[in-house]
Amino acid sequence: MILNALLSPEFLNATLRATTPILFATIASSIASKSGITNMALEGMMLFAALFGVIFSSAFNSAWLGLLMTMVIGGFIGFILAFFVLKLKTDEILAAIAINLIASGATVFILLIVSGDRGVSSSIQSIALPRITLPVIENIPYLGAVISNQNILTYLGLITVFIAHIFLYKTPLGLRIRAVGENKDAAESVGISSKKIQYIALIISGVLASMGGFFLSGGYMTYFTKDMSAGRGFIALAASSMGGNTPVGGFLVSLLFGAAQALANILQMGSTLPYEIIQMLPYITTLVGLGIYSYRLMKKNQKLNEK
Amino acid sequence: MNSNTKFNILRTALSIGIALLISFVIIFLTSKEPVTAIVQLLTGPLQSARRFGNVIEAMIPLIFTGVGVSIMFSANQINLAGEGSFHIGGLVATFLALKLSLPQGISPIVLILAAGLVGSLVTAVPAILKIKTNSNVLVSSLMMNYLVLYFCNYILSYFIKDPTAGSVVSYAVPETAQLMKIIGGTRIHIGLILAFAVAFFGYVFLYKTKIGYELRITGENEEFAKYSGINVMKITLISSLLGGFLIGAGGGVELLGMYTRFSWTSLLGYGWDAIIITTLAKKNPLYVPLAAFFLAYLRTGASIMSRSTDVVTEIVTITQGLIILFIVAEQFLSKFRHNMIAKEAKATLTSEKEVK
Repeated sequence: MILNALLSPEFLNATLRATTPILFATIASSIASKSGITNMALEGMMLFAALFGVIFSSAFNSAWLGLLMTMVIGGFIGFILAFFVLKLKTDEILAAIAINLIASGATVFILLIVSGDRGVSSSIQSIALPRITLPVIENIPYLGAVISNQNILTYLGLITVFIAHIFLYKTPLGLRIRAVGENKDAAESVGISSKKIQYIALIISGVLASMGGFFLSGGYMTYFTKDMSAGRGFIALAASSMGGNTPVGGFLVSLLFGAAQALANILQMGSTLPYEIIQMLPYITTLVGLGIYSYRLMKKNQKLNEK
Repeated sequence: MNSNTKFNILRTALSIGIALLISFVIIFLTSKEPVTAIVQLLTGPLQSARRFGNVIEAMIPLIFTGVGVSIMFSANQINLAGEGSFHIGGLVATFLALKLSLPQGISPIVLILAAGLVGSLVTAVPAILKIKTNSNVLVSSLMMNYLVLYFCNYILSYFIKDPTAGSVVSYAVPETAQLMKIIGGTRIHIGLILAFAVAFFGYVFLYKTKIGYELRITGENEEFAKYSGINVMKITLISSLLGGFLIGAGGGVELLGMYTRFSWTSLLGYGWDAIIITTLAKKNPLYVPLAAFFLAYLRTGASIMSRSTDVVTEIVTITQGLIILFIVAEQFLSKFRHNMIAKEAKATLTSEKEVK
């Protein structure tokens, strides 16, 4: 019965949906990590974006303008993080923890001022991005039911995987980001300003994370709730890490989290199998996967050093 | 007192001051009764014994987690699984209290020790993964937290849930297992004394023992530690086990002291609080109670303020974030520090001349 459920197009469709916010944040994490900085503030960035998405889409009466403004905010938070880490020499993890804390407090605070409620934004008439059906593909049996009729941001997320891949591996800026992350001093010695590159990487990271956050309240749900990022930023950090900080690898791991969430949602509604166990699965898998990945990397480096 | 310590105290005080000031400005901009709100926030906890009791009660778990994280961070183990250790500590204490019938007096001791042991396993997993596979402690410890959360939810729902209760909570913990209240009119329990002991012995361990010294050296410079013959792997493991033990024990103490049933179905944030405490206390367990008092006072004040005015408690979450940002920003006030050191150097020079 579970196998049937797993292969059903509805389940795979729900998986893609649940993957979307994690996917954006995972790519955001990859780009930051490639530049040599761990962006643990993804969680707070997503939370801010989820709230501002609702506020801006309502204020501009347009979901697209709302998304655009939210991305600006996301980039700005990325800039703030970069400013503290690079200019004021703040520990990147502690700075991120501070940003996450501020996000969890400030979002409730702002929500109360804007909507008069301290938990949900339902009094704000926000506009979510639409779900779209893909012509031609929707008529393909099975595949159509999986891929078609998704939120437009889900498609954008999938496209972003490829764009991020090309960006990191085929463009001069991407090359510089990776060079700075691999060896800052070597990059500096050939005239790359490592600070500038890291600023850019963290701003891009913030923009991407905010798109994931926007999806939470303007796609996945149609309203903002307190602490709605619910650890997705941390999951993304893990997904990116286990995926070797590559966009494609990160995408595959984030699918795992999406699938587990979709499965847990199904099982929650009347099943004998405890859904708590299902919820644990992606974390166990990540721990094991991360262990194996890091172990192989360690052995590889040891071999290189022996030579 | 050398200029470094003086500077650190000054910077901490100034960071707190600026963060509070920004928060007050926000309150002034958004509240209809800003003065009442700020007065309530600052003096609310002092207005009755019960309220001050709330501050002390809230301090207890913060001291346990703060000392635990201080020990791990001193060894530069950025292990964030404390959240999970605390959570499972509460569960283990409840579970065993319900399943074993231990005699009064011994019961809480056994339960707290068991909570600590299981808590140490949670923080040990990322440490072992780090030692064996070189995986990122930060990432694996974050994953541990969620793993523990869902595991605890599972145990709660399938093994100890009270079906007659309206919500998802465990059966009531027998009275013999609960911690004794020590001050009438408040809920302050014997855990307070334990907490102070933890802070004191944590300090002795880190600053007065050989292994504590090795631990701090490893934290400051791992390469140097290796070359001076310190077993870094052992230190990594010890700091994680001990840190997790204290945090897990803290979870057990909090549950047996403040709750009658296990009702935690989402992460409570004690692991993150511990990081604020550690930052404020500069990783020194001796300062942890002070930092815990400050945080507990601020939160109790905020909760009183939110009940009597239109300002929500979340304002102090913003304050806490700002405090961390200012304290850990190394370049913040660096010019001032530079001047202070220069002045001190000049003073010593002139006094030396005078001696001659």
